[in-house]
Amino acid sequence: MSEFRVKVDVCVVGAGHAGCEAALACARLGLETVIFTVSVDSIALMPCNPNIGGTSKGHLVRELDALGGEMGKNIDKTFIQSKMLNVSKGPAVHSLRAQADKADYTREMRKVLENQEHLTIKQAEVCDLLWENMPDNKKKITGVKIYTGTIYECKAVILCTGTYLRARCLCGEAITYTGPNGLQAATHLTDSLNALGVEMNRFKTGTPARMDRRSIDFSKMEEQFGDERIVPFSYSTDPASIQKEQVSCWLTYTNEETHDIIRANLDRSPIYAGIIEGTGPRYCPSIEDKVVKFSDKERHQVFLEPEGLHTNEMYVSGMSSSLPEDVQIRMYRTVPGLENCKIVRNAYAIEYDCINARQLDASLEFIDIKGLFSAGQFNGSSGYEEAAAQGLVAGINAAMSIFGRDPLVLDRSESYIGVLIDDLVTKENREPYRMMTSRAEYRLLLRQDNADIRLRKKGYEVGLISEEQYQALLEKERLIQAEIARLKSTNVGANKEIQAFLESHNSATLKTAASMAELICRPELTYECLKEIDKEREAFAMELCGMPTLPEDVIEQVEIEVKYEGYIIRQRKQVEQYRKMEEKKIPEDIDYDCVPSLRLEARQKLKSFRPASIGQASRISGVSPADISVLLVYLEH
Amino acid sequence: MFKKDTIAAIATGLTDSGIGIIRISGPEAVMVGDRLFRMSSGKKVLADMPSHLLQYGFVVDGEDDDSSWKEHILDEVMAVVMRAPKSFTGEDTVEIHCHGGLLVLQKVLECTIRNGARLAEPGEFTKRAFLNGKMDLAKAEAVIDLIHSQNEFAHKSAVNQLKGLLSDQVKLLRSEILYELAFIEAALDDPEHISLEGYSEKLTKKVEEIIYRLQKLIDSADNGKLMKEGISTVIVGKPNAGKSSLLNALLGVDRAIVTDIAGTTRDVLEETIRLKGISLNIIDTAGIRNTEDVVEKIGVEKAKKFAGDADLIVYVVDASVHLDESDREIIPLIKDKKAIVLLNKTDLVQKVKEEELEALLQEQGCVETKVIRTSITEHIGLEELEETIKDMFFRGQININHEVVITNLRHKEALMEALESMKMVKRSAEDEMPEDFYSIDLMSAYAALGHIIGEEVDDDLVQEIFSKFCMGK
Repeated sequence: MSEFRVKVDVCVVGAGHAGCEAALACARLGLETVIFTVSVDSIALMPCNPNIGGTSKGHLVRELDALGGEMGKNIDKTFIQSKMLNVSKGPAVHSLRAQADKADYTREMRKVLENQEHLTIKQAEVCDLLWENMPDNKKKITGVKIYTGTIYECKAVILCTGTYLRARCLCGEAITYTGPNGLQAATHLTDSLNALGVEMNRFKTGTPARMDRRSIDFSKMEEQFGDERIVPFSYSTDPASIQKEQVSCWLTYTNEETHDIIRANLDRSPIYAGIIEGTGPRYCPSIEDKVVKFSDKERHQVFLEPEGLHTNEMYVSGMSSSLPEDVQIRMYRTVPGLENCKIVRNAYAIEYDCINARQLDASLEFIDIKGLFSAGQFNGSSGYEEAAAQGLVAGINAAMSIFGRDPLVLDRSESYIGVLIDDLVTKENREPYRMMTSRAEYRLLLRQDNADIRLRKKGYEVGLISEEQYQALLEKERLIQAEIARLKSTNVGANKEIQAFLESHNSATLKTAASMAELICRPELTYECLKEIDKEREAFAMELCGMPTLPEDVIEQVEIEVKYEGYIIRQRKQVEQYRKMEEKKIPEDIDYDCVPSLRLEARQKLKSFRPASIGQASRISGVSPADISVLLVYLEH
Repeated sequence: MFKKDTIAAIATGLTDSGIGIIRISGPEAVMVGDRLFRMSSGKKVLADMPSHLLQYGFVVDGEDDDSSWKEHILDEVMAVVMRAPKSFTGEDTVEIHCHGGLLVLQKVLECTIRNGARLAEPGEFTKRAFLNGKMDLAKAEAVIDLIHSQNEFAHKSAVNQLKGLLSDQVKLLRSEILYELAFIEAALDDPEHISLEGYSEKLTKKVEEIIYRLQKLIDSADNGKLMKEGISTVIVGKPNAGKSSLLNALLGVDRAIVTDIAGTTRDVLEETIRLKGISLNIIDTAGIRNTEDVVEKIGVEKAKKFAGDADLIVYVVDASVHLDESDREIIPLIKDKKAIVLLNKTDLVQKVKEEELEALLQEQGCVETKVIRTSITEHIGLEELEETIKDMFFRGQININHEVVITNLRHKEALMEALESMKMVKRSAEDEMPEDFYSIDLMSAYAALGHIIGEEVDDDLVQEIFSKFCMGK
């Protein structure tokens, strides 16, 4: 074979949601970047559910956008239905979710990549990683070798192999050695990783069937509409530009008959028959799992979601399965509306190689391999949004390391991305990791509505947010602070007009004077409705920004900050506590064998995790509070 | 401060008893023990002895002189080596079982210190056990309480905490809070599958119940403290009824001045005594009568005040003097209180009949007050008094076998914190806040309770969500 050599700055392996963000970040920061994919037609492919966002995942997309990522912009271009979830609940758990036109999504992202300066797309399987040994027992990545033998020399490699590594798909007894959607699997890289000393895991996930829309009787289902007013994902998208006609999704239910068929055929499920060795995710259980584990539930919800505008395929959400085809068909046909359904693509389970992400530090670089970064399902996560978020961080940090700058490390108190990465690199993951709002301890502060305020500055410092965007943020913050200060200092007396206003809004009348902010705190009153008695508002806005009302996004922040102030203050106090523990750094060269009285399990865990701080150490499973006390005492010496 | 040195102390109580134990713990424990222990043959064997085997021998204080060691024998003992981690502290430990006697114990202890051990600080063995992961925080603190407990009651409470009664209750509360949290979180994460409709009312009920239970535990903390410090007992009665004699009899010393002249005790005297395993803080008061003497008057006022604050009142009635106005003044003090009436001086000519006294008590509303006939100077009836006090506190008012009593300040504070958080949850629900706001304070309560048993939040919530609720697409 020829010894053809190419020299670049960064190689990104894989062009899924993580790979796209990683490659774009590097190229946008001026680094010569190559992105490898086994098929150029599968760039930013959505092989499972046809949507972006959802609870907590919507937060990730918002944060990604605030830092300068692409996913938010791309879904804004290609969505066909949009919904803000949890609107009846508090602002912290409002979550945006959009149905995507899958083909459009892929095409638009490909367009962005193709037109990105410094970025080259290359269709090729990467077979080998190239490295050299360093004096300190660590290794350093020097390049990659593709299937043709061509060598790409580079300063950093970002692995975003998704579910392709030694992938195996199972549909009942039928087993194929392919990646998602029947695409070619990547079979060689695992050996190279093993040779590098990387510890591998094997996970599984699954996807439900796709059905022909013409075979479905929607009259037996409940129609699910999109929101009347569409909120964009990206801070760069003008809301007015995306108010468009939306398509519907449909809701139906399984029943006892469905469950009986599943129970009767469990022995033919590769999972229950023990053929699948990988660990599956609990949060998106197969219908077999739901029926077995929650046997008291009489029915399970099934959502039919369109895969795009130019296809008849419908995604059957809630019924992923790895049962054989004949059982699948019988099972699906028991569901109202699906009596005559025709399956275009069968449900299947997929197994793949991924890593134990504890080998990474919080910048997503391998602790022992300089220049090797990784992101996405390869790191043991699940979901498009989780992948994209890591891809962006890995891309940024590959660039930062090449530039010799400090890495971008987000912590748990400032972003869902920080929670995601901290969980991945410090905790023991036995299943694909999905983001959940319950994983974020400080979620009242980590809202989807304030991701720009939390993270834009960091994106600007990194170099992915323009000066103009940054200035716009500073202006927004100025308006928010000024208006909050005004509301707190503007008092209204208990006069006739005010009392009449309060009575008309079913709100208790005043005994003494109250500030405008105090009134906003009342559940039944809003910033908007108080306009009537807030005489100075218009003049103040005029003076502040030259308009009679403040921009909508400013008002949103003002209202939330004022209304939930008590809770927000409590949460900030918790963050202070947390930061104290995070700031107690553990020296990198600590020898845990010299720390007296650590329990054996804790000693082993600490040795292998090598936490950077006491805070991180305390989150490692198997390290008890007593061990932390011991460690604290030792460090104080 | 955690130090990796070897410590020693007398592990048993500091009283003369049959057997006393010296415990040596730390990396050099075996070496220290070996220096001072010899078998009857004179051989030094401790260093090579198997773990957990009791060995007969002698503690010898002196040089390594093999010929004259017998002249330096301090005590005839049994010794045991417990090698790490299988010991109370998790470290190498040597225990020497001596033949009691404080003096001998102290000499043996001094000997260990001369041979390389350091005198342990109070609770240091337990601290090491905790740091070595041998016990959780609640257990460790219960052990320390055990060491410091002054009486059998506190002892039993400490033992209960140790056995995990408190841990059990706290664990139960935590698991109930966790369930609610998981339900809310599951619904927030998967709003299309799990609905929170009508949940707020259900939660409010649950929260109220938890608040009640927390409050009960906290209240017990005050009781627990009381028991540890002793039950505040006030002796009242007319001048010269025998109050000071009672105090002296219980104390066994002439602490209060006892004369036949009424009004000798002009102020109040306070003593702590142990009675059937209960600590009593006994306050002897000035006799209550109408008096013109200014100093005595102050004493009388004080007596009334102490009686008001007392946990137990012992009312001493002089049987040799007729009941009068002063008695009518005293009886209201014991109404609604735990009280015992002593009909004293029954050895003298009785002017007060028991029936008469009981009738007066009935008339004044003291229905269940027990009357005991005594002659304090003759030591008659004192046994019955002690039994009665014991019964009142062990059987009647506080049933220590079924109730968890908090005796540790840190536990109380954590419970208070949890209580405050649960009250916040209740308020959020009353204010009709969105459900996700409940979880902030539910989580705080969960974490606060975790501090009692030394458990962190960790992944509990996510585990609970997945195990209890059907999630996802």
